Amino acid sequence: MDWINAIIQGTLLGGLYALFAAGLSLIFGVMRLVNIAHGDLIVLGAYLGLSTTLVLGVHPLTALLIVVPLMAAIGYVLQRGILNQTLGTDILPPLLVTFGLSVIIQNSLLEVYTADPQKMDAGVLETASLPLGDLSIGVLPLLTFIIAIVVIGGLQFIFYKTALGRAFRAVSDNQDIAQLMGLNRRHIYGLAMALALAVTAIAAILLGIRTSFDPSIGGGRLIFGFEAVIIGGLGNLWGTLVGGVILGVAQTIGANINPGWQLLSGHIVFLIILAIRPNGLFPKVN
Amino acid sequence: MADTTYQIKRSNNASHMIALLGVVVLVILVSAPYWAGRADMRLMAELFLYLALASLWNLMAGYAGLVSVGQQAFVGFGGYMLFALTLFAGLHPLVAIGVSGILGALISLPVALLVFRLQGAYFAIGTWVIAEVFRLSFAQISALGGGSGSSLPVGIVKSLASSRSGREALSYWLALGAALAVIAVVYFFLRSKRGLALTAIRDNETAAKSLGIDIWWNKFTVYVTTSALTAVIGSIIFLQKLRISPDAAFSVNDWTAFVIFIVVIGGIGTIEGPIIGTLIFFALRETLADLGTIYLLVLGLVAIVVMLKAPQGVWGFVRSRFNLQIFPLDRRVEQSKDD
Repeated sequence: MDWINAIIQGTLLGGLYALFAAGLSLIFGVMRLVNIAHGDLIVLGAYLGLSTTLVLGVHPLTALLIVVPLMAAIGYVLQRGILNQTLGTDILPPLLVTFGLSVIIQNSLLEVYTADPQKMDAGVLETASLPLGDLSIGVLPLLTFIIAIVVIGGLQFIFYKTALGRAFRAVSDNQDIAQLMGLNRRHIYGLAMALALAVTAIAAILLGIRTSFDPSIGGGRLIFGFEAVIIGGLGNLWGTLVGGVILGVAQTIGANINPGWQLLSGHIVFLIILAIRPNGLFPKVN
Repeated sequence: MADTTYQIKRSNNASHMIALLGVVVLVILVSAPYWAGRADMRLMAELFLYLALASLWNLMAGYAGLVSVGQQAFVGFGGYMLFALTLFAGLHPLVAIGVSGILGALISLPVALLVFRLQGAYFAIGTWVIAEVFRLSFAQISALGGGSGSSLPVGIVKSLASSRSGREALSYWLALGAALAVIAVVYFFLRSKRGLALTAIRDNETAAKSLGIDIWWNKFTVYVTTSALTAVIGSIIFLQKLRISPDAAFSVNDWTAFVIFIVVIGGIGTIEGPIIGTLIFFALRETLADLGTIYLLVLGLVAIVVMLKAPQGVWGFVRSRFNLQIFPLDRRVEQSKDD
C-alpha cells in the first residue's frame, strides 16, 4: 500500500514539476533560449503571491488574478529590455546574462524578504483530502495536477490553433522570413516570455501553498523543471507532463526507501534516462 | 618594394617588457611569507586559488565552448578526496592533493560521457545536476560527517609543517604554485597544436570540423583536464579551510557564480582576462563586502552590463585599444625592414 501511495503522490507532485517545466519548454521552443533564472523567477512569483495575500488579505488562489498578469508584464519587459539583446548564434550571452539575472533576483529577494522561510496560508485547502479506498488523496496535489493538465492543454491550443501560436512557430522556424512576413520578432519573443512567466506564476503560487520557500531554492526548481523537459523530450509539451510525473514518482519512491534519497533518486533516474534515451522519451525536434 | 619580406611573429617588444616585469612580480610574490602579514597572505592565497579556478573555467567555456555551471562538483570532490585520503588511507596531505587530481580525472570520464549528450545551455544545467548528485551523495556518507561535514584532525594538519608560520608559508606557496601551474598549463596547451584546434572550434565549429578536427575528442580532453585540475584546486582550498561540508564544498555561488563573473568581467577567451577579473573581483569584494547582499547584486549587474555592452570584457577592451598582450598566443604578420 505504501508503494501505491508513493506512486500516486509522486504522480500528483509531477503536475507541479510539469508546471515548472512548461515555461522553460515554451521559451526554448520559441527562441532557443534557456533561462537559468527560471527557478528564481518561480521564487519571485511565490513572494509576489505572498505579498498580495498579506496586503490584500485574499486567498492565495485569488492572488493569481494579480500575480499572473504582473509576472507576464515582468516577462515582456525583461525580454524586450534585456534578453532580446542576447539572442543570436552565440550561446554564451543568454546563458551568462540569465545567470547574472538569477543572482540579482535571488539577492534582491534576500534583501527585501530576508532568508526566513515563508509559506502562503490557503486555509482548509492545505489539509483537505478525498478518501480513495484505504488511501487519501490531497485536494491540493490533485488540484495542482488538474491545473497542470489544463495549462499544458491551453498552451498546446495556443501553439497550434491561434494566430499567436502561428507567430510563435514562425519565428521559431525562421526568424528572418517571419520578420519579412511582417512579424515583429522582438514583440513575439516578448509575448512568449510573458506567456511563460504567466505559467510560472501559477506554478509559483501552487508551490508557495504546498511548501515553505526561501530566496535560495530557485536553483533546485530550475533543475526539476529542466529534468522534466529533458525526460519528456525537447519541444514536446505533453512530454514535459510525463517527464514531471516520472521525476515526481522517482522522488517519492526514493523517499519511501530512505528519506535522504528523495532528491538523489530523482536525479539518478534523470541521468539513467539521459544515458539510454539522450533525446528524452518523446522527442519532437531532431 | 620587391625586397620587402614578411615574417610571422608571436611576441613583440611590449610582450618582452611585460615578461620581464612578470618575473619581478613573481619574485615579490614568492617571497611574500618574508614580508607580508598573516591576513594578507591568506587573502592572496585565496586570490590565487580563484585565479586558478577562473583560468580553468575560461579554458573550458572561452576556448572549448563548454559552458559549465557545475564545476563545483569537482571543487567539492577534490576537497572530499583530500579528507578521505588523509583520514582513511593515511596519505600525506600533499600526496593526497595529487591523488585527488587523478581521481578527479577518473570520475570526470563517465560524467563527460553523460553530459556531452546535452547541447549548449542544456549542457550547462546538466553539469549542475551532476554537482547536485555529488553534493547529495557526499551528504549520505556518514564516515565523512554526512550532511554536517567534518574537520581535518590536528595531527594531519601538523604533518604539513611543525610550526604555524611554516604551515602558513607552505599553504601560501601551494596556492601560488597552483595558480602558476594552471596558467602555465593553459598557456602551453593553447600554444600547442591542440590549442590551435581549440581556437578553430571556438571561432567556427563547422569550419573546424571541415578541416578534420575531431571536435568531440578535443572538447572531451579539455573537460577531463580541467576537471582533474579543478579537483586539485578544490583539495588545496579545503586544506586551507580545514573544514568541509556538502553545502560549502558544492556551493554554486562560491565555486561557479564568482568564477563566471571573474571571467566575464575580465574578458572571456583570453588568458589575461581571468587575471584582470580576479583582481577586479577581489577589489570589489574588499570594498563592498560590508554591504552583504548588495555586493552580489552589484556583481550580477556589472556582469550583465559587461556581457551586453562589452562582451570582450576589460581585457578585450584594453587589447583592442593598445594592441597589447601579456601571453603571446596570436600570430601576427609583420613587415621586416632589415633586408
